[in-house]
Amino acid sequence: MALLTLNSLKKSFVTPTGERRMIVDIPHFSLDQGEQKALRGESGSGKTTFLHLIAGILSADAGSILIDNHDMATLAESKRDRLRAESLGYIFQTFNLLQGYTCLENVLLGMTFGAGTDKKRAIEVLERVGLGHRLHHYPRQISTGQQQRVAVARAIANRPKLILADEPTGNLDPINSHESLTLIRETCTETKAALLLVSHDPTVLSGFNQVKDFSDLNQAVKEHIK
Amino acid sequence: MNLFSIVLRNLRQHLLSTVITALSIALAGGLLMSIWVIKQQSQETFTRVNIGFDAVLGARGSKLQLVLNSIFHLEASPGNLNQADYDYIRHHPTVRRAIPIAVGDNLKGFRIVGTLPQLFTDIEYTPHHTFTLLEGQLFDPSKKEAVVGKFVAEQLHIKVGDTFHPFHGLAYDPRNQHPETYRVTGILDDSNTPADKVIWIPLNGLQTMGGHDPKAANDISAVLIQLRSPTSGFILDLMYNKQGNRLTFAWPIGAIVADLFSKISWFDKVLTLIAYLVALVSAAGVLVAIYNSMAARGRDIAILRALGAHRRTILGTIVLEAATIGALGMFASFFVHFAIMATVGTIIRNQTGVLLNVMSYQAVMLWAPFTMISLCALGGLVPALKAYRADIASNLAPIS
Repeated sequence: MALLTLNSLKKSFVTPTGERRMIVDIPHFSLDQGEQKALRGESGSGKTTFLHLIAGILSADAGSILIDNHDMATLAESKRDRLRAESLGYIFQTFNLLQGYTCLENVLLGMTFGAGTDKKRAIEVLERVGLGHRLHHYPRQISTGQQQRVAVARAIANRPKLILADEPTGNLDPINSHESLTLIRETCTETKAALLLVSHDPTVLSGFNQVKDFSDLNQAVKEHIK
Repeated sequence: MNLFSIVLRNLRQHLLSTVITALSIALAGGLLMSIWVIKQQSQETFTRVNIGFDAVLGARGSKLQLVLNSIFHLEASPGNLNQADYDYIRHHPTVRRAIPIAVGDNLKGFRIVGTLPQLFTDIEYTPHHTFTLLEGQLFDPSKKEAVVGKFVAEQLHIKVGDTFHPFHGLAYDPRNQHPETYRVTGILDDSNTPADKVIWIPLNGLQTMGGHDPKAANDISAVLIQLRSPTSGFILDLMYNKQGNRLTFAWPIGAIVADLFSKISWFDKVLTLIAYLVALVSAAGVLVAIYNSMAARGRDIAILRALGAHRRTILGTIVLEAATIGALGMFASFFVHFAIMATVGTIIRNQTGVLLNVMSYQAVMLWAPFTMISLCALGGLVPALKAYRADIASNLAPIS
């Protein structure tokens, strides 16, 4: 059963020269509950914009984004915020941890705007990602790989139905990259969350059974290539 | 994690800026409250100071000068009255008690005032309180003896049994020493009135001090008067001030002092204006402190938004942060206020003998924090609106 269904999704931006440029033009895309799918795409191909549209961070020009029967594309901004907080987990390339918050506080913050904070659960997920001994450390006090694990813990803490991962291993060395990817996939499986990962890294993509080229999906990229 | 704990973490993250901004608010708030309380307290206290008398009779001149000279022991005496004037007023049917005083000498700058022992035995300087002796006894009106206010005794290290030579004039000049020797027989307990700053000797002693004009040996500087009824004042006012032209009847004392305050009211208006400006600048400081950190916060705000925080939550967080800085500052402002009040209270006590109630509650202690916190919240609204309008996607770079 589809958790995420996109139809005729369009997003354009006005360039500095005043020209309107189509960035995302996807006729159809879907992701089933618990499914793990990877999209291959080069830098600047609109992958992040695509994920931002799904997360409701950006509003679409046209089309529909059905997440668990809620159309992210037509919801008011405050309802998009709510849906994002409750149903989505987002893992960024640069982790986007708040530097003034400890590992535990970062995870708690991730839960704040959704179902609400649950300290026991936050500690549980940090222990799950191997950071039970770093609960009260600040991001600057832990390694890059550990920071990414905090980001993973924050993304899964709310038990979201969908995890979006944008180049999640882009800032990690090969060993940490492999560990991190394994962790993301394992935790998604454990929490029965669907995973949509975008990357340009063949090593990352090789671990997925389902890999699609973003350029095949996104008509706007085809237009640019033409 | 609620809104307030997010605010506290933001404040912790920008600790130096938080502390400096809160300190500036503490100083502004403390200053504002102090100016207000000093103004209120001094007006209230000084207009109440009459050491138990309703009026003062003295030589023709300014009523204010008469009151300042005879009640507050400040200013020069406007002149003398003769014995007949004193005898007339003390036997007047509208007068309950009349105590004469004579001034003109000092001991190292502290005034020596001649009077009758009845001032200490019969007069309640404030309801239900007569002057009491901390040690020793009252002077014998026929001897060269003195009773010293506690403040003077402390300042000049005077003990019962000590002797001193008075100095001529109200200002201390070592060359003007009188040959007479006075012995201290008692130390008055604190009355928190100007009487604490005086060395009291028998009236006759001051009148006949060597070097004083022998022709004025029966003259007095002023008569402190208790009236039989409040309406008596009108009769004497008419008699001395409107029909007579030789003497001045200063009544009621409180109104005359209040008149002084109204004459210098422009001064406290200026002080209040300065305090308001300082408060405004401090609130602007909150605006600037938060606004300047907005560039660094852009990413944090975008992360919060990406985690599901509404725009209005972000707006509320920043406004609450500004209000919290204001609240922290205003909390600290009470310490600043009481420090200023203690200092000013000591200065006023040293200068006038009058003790201000520095710990007294005034409405300003309620409205100043409320206004200041509101001003800070208002200041926070500017960066909050900037945060409200911030674009999440562009602050979550890099984009792949």
